[in-house]
Amino acid sequence: MGLDKNGIAKRIARELHDGYYVNLGIGIPTLVANYIPAGMQIVLQSENGLLGIGPFPAPDALDPDLINAGKQTITAVPGAAFFDSAASFAMIRGGHIDLTVLGAFEVSDTGDIASWKIPGKLVKGMGGAMDLVASAKNIIVAMMHTNPQGESKLLKKCSLPLTGVSVVKRIVTDLAVLDVTPRGFKLLERAPGVSVQEIINATEGRLIVEGEIPEIGI
Amino acid sequence: MKELFANLLILFRISINLWEILLTMNKVVKNALEAIHGIESNMTLMLGGFGLCGIPENCIAALAASDVTGLTCISNNAGVDGFGLGMLLRRHQIRKMISSYVGENKEFERQLLSGELEVELTPQGTLAERIRAGGAGIPAFFVPAGYGTEVALGKPVRDFDGKMYLEEHWLKADFAIVKAWKGDTHGNLVYRFTANNFNQAMATAGKITIAEVEELVPAGELDPNYIHTPGVFVQRIFQGTSYEKRVEFATTS
Repeated sequence: MGLDKNGIAKRIARELHDGYYVNLGIGIPTLVANYIPAGMQIVLQSENGLLGIGPFPAPDALDPDLINAGKQTITAVPGAAFFDSAASFAMIRGGHIDLTVLGAFEVSDTGDIASWKIPGKLVKGMGGAMDLVASAKNIIVAMMHTNPQGESKLLKKCSLPLTGVSVVKRIVTDLAVLDVTPRGFKLLERAPGVSVQEIINATEGRLIVEGEIPEIGI
Repeated sequence: MKELFANLLILFRISINLWEILLTMNKVVKNALEAIHGIESNMTLMLGGFGLCGIPENCIAALAASDVTGLTCISNNAGVDGFGLGMLLRRHQIRKMISSYVGENKEFERQLLSGELEVELTPQGTLAERIRAGGAGIPAFFVPAGYGTEVALGKPVRDFDGKMYLEEHWLKADFAIVKAWKGDTHGNLVYRFTANNFNQAMATAGKITIAEVEELVPAGELDPNYIHTPGVFVQRIFQGTSYEKRVEFATTS
């Protein structure tokens, strides 16, 4: 039932526009790169210092000096640029990145996001997530609608430590596409075969359902 | 006549030596051991790199073979078990880490949970900018990252054009240790691909900056148009040996 991870990534790829500079986080967001429409020019930024991420390298072409922010070996596309971490975050903080896609543990109906720390578990750090959510012009969260225990990840208020406050604009889950509005989550689209009632049941935060809700077309 | 010639020859040799000293500006040291001379216990170090990419392997190994302890290390990550800063962690030489992400390291986790190690987690862009500010002589600045989160606790906040920002402070180090691809005898540095990362900012923020490079060339051989770190920021430089350049996650198509 609902979309799988690739389905979520495909739907998010529809948010891309020609010429966009995009930062994709680790996990489902990384998959978005596989669904960039043919002919569209998108430049992917990696916050460790690269504009123009290419595909993973052939096994005989691994270069330890060329990695992404997840520390995976990658390639750079023709026309790529390398730069240092301070310049990289000047791009991010200065609002030069058009879209950031990242995962989350929880999102609140006011756009707060919790994505970096679970108390009681080892804290690994926020990496660049706080900088990204505080600064990108547009932030889309890609995540499952509920956690493995079946509890909603779309809440009135986040229960986990925050990554950013009032920053999320849009959420794409396995069940739905929703916008964060001053009145709460607004249901825009539902996954194929998923009813509005199922989405209502899986959403703890304020949810606005107005009119006919179309199926996600991917 | 013979004596005069001999004297002239001596003078000539002295002037050649002086000229060489001027040319090399005494920045070139033999190896990592000589480069880390003066690093003492309880000092603050910056160490370049992102994960294991672009880390100063030779200097880390030399520090791990030394007796210095109680170090505060400013580094985006903490290496992996037994490599990178993991080598210093294993020998309990680090008291505090200032980093943005410290996963991938079991010994780090153990020391953190047991209270042997202190960690200050800083958003990655804020960390880079704090280092850049340290090198550029800017004591404080405002960023949006971390506003409304636990990162903002105890920090002044301020509204600029209707958006909230928090005050962050510069970072400086007794020694900044960076790794570059190529360097020259003046300390000019060029980094390769994403191995630049934190190295370029850190090179500016050490009271003494040590650069280890894969290839050290005479001043004048690097194209001045493509220098990332101008030599003024670098006090010691040497050509490293036996780089392992470990890959954390080998991912192929």
